[in-house]
Amino acid sequence: MCLAIPAKILDLEGTKAHVDFGQGVLREVNVSLVEAKVGMYVLVHAGYAIQVLEEKEALETLSLWNDVLASAGE
Amino acid sequence: MAQNVKFRNPELARSIAEKIKTVAPKKGTIKFCHVCGTHEWTITHFGLRSLLPENVEVIAGPGCPVCIVPAAEIDEAVQLAQKGIVITCFGDVLRVPGSQSSLLEAKAAGTDVRIVYAVSDAVQMAKCEPQKEFVFSAVGFETTAPITAVEALGDLPKNFSFLVSHRLIPPAMELLLGVGDLQIDGFIAPGHVSAIIGLEPYELFTRVYRMPTVVAGFEPNDVLMGIYMLLKQVSESDARLENEYSRVVKPEGNVKAQQLMKQAFNVTAGNWRGIGRLPESALQLRESLKEFDAREKFDVHIKEGRDINFGCECHLVIIGKIKPKECPLFMKTCTPAKPVGACMVSSEGTCRVWAKNVAAQA
Repeated sequence: MCLAIPAKILDLEGTKAHVDFGQGVLREVNVSLVEAKVGMYVLVHAGYAIQVLEEKEALETLSLWNDVLASAGE
Repeated sequence: MAQNVKFRNPELARSIAEKIKTVAPKKGTIKFCHVCGTHEWTITHFGLRSLLPENVEVIAGPGCPVCIVPAAEIDEAVQLAQKGIVITCFGDVLRVPGSQSSLLEAKAAGTDVRIVYAVSDAVQMAKCEPQKEFVFSAVGFETTAPITAVEALGDLPKNFSFLVSHRLIPPAMELLLGVGDLQIDGFIAPGHVSAIIGLEPYELFTRVYRMPTVVAGFEPNDVLMGIYMLLKQVSESDARLENEYSRVVKPEGNVKAQQLMKQAFNVTAGNWRGIGRLPESALQLRESLKEFDAREKFDVHIKEGRDINFGCECHLVIIGKIKPKECPLFMKTCTPAKPVGACMVSSEGTCRVWAKNVAAQA
């Protein structure tokens, strides 16, 4: 139920945005809850964007994982 | 995004699993609890439990908002439908058992019950059919409640109202800590609830209960990494609040969503199916939005219903005390096609998740 799927904002009009869920799945969603900009990725839950996905943070997470895996001993 | 592949990369998963083995205690058992149906789906679908050492267990707590809606609130929706009001709801609410009937059974009996993808679709229907009354069954945790708030504070037509069944997750987590023989060693906190509420509400668990808590995402490697981070804390005899899902969860959460929730709702005590009444765990539309509260508008107030059918052990599954397979009805009289208990209904219910992903391999 709290399932949320990332999608890319294609265009914006007021609180409405057209988003691309990938593989050609397009839908209009409501972006009242986030500061949306065209081109950014948002997390969509039940037709509403609930948060912006941070690419920088995603890359940092992956780099953190690599650090953990590379750490010796333990 | 190319990094999506990495969040699911099986090689990386195996490496994290190796790390988990090195940090897991050699003696005794460790039990972590998550409270999210999507976490349970990830864990069972990707077979993550098979990657964990035998003494590390992950159990599913009350993480399915559909499963914990009490029968009385389904009964209210059924009663409204029988009065000729159009009931709109998410797909998984349709088959949740009420005391006598589910909304699906009410629909089969001729009432007007419609599935929507988003509450805005239901509002649109109400605008197109002004001669009918529309009610939306607003089920969900903190992830979903701000959406109801947006619509309730927006431009609603007069023929639209909500039957609010929203519940809050932290009070349910606190309840689990009071279940004496559950003995949880750490929480995997729900990523998308946290995207809204942020980290602060979980500080209680680390500070007061000394419970390691990690907010985790929903890709298999997110969950494995969350388990690793918890085990690390256990090995250090520490209890910290950590955020594995920082690409979505900001420490402060979604402030705008929190403000809208505060504007639209009061926090009140609420009944949870199979659990009972929890203080400060439910949302109710504020007095100023009373005209959009279906309970007030149509004077429907059902206090008690039959939450658990005879033989069903949903009340034990919901708090993670037993596994679905330990319920005598699981995949015998209770199946996804004909659910007896609420946990078998929603795609996020623990029994439903196990029915799809575990029973087939058993």
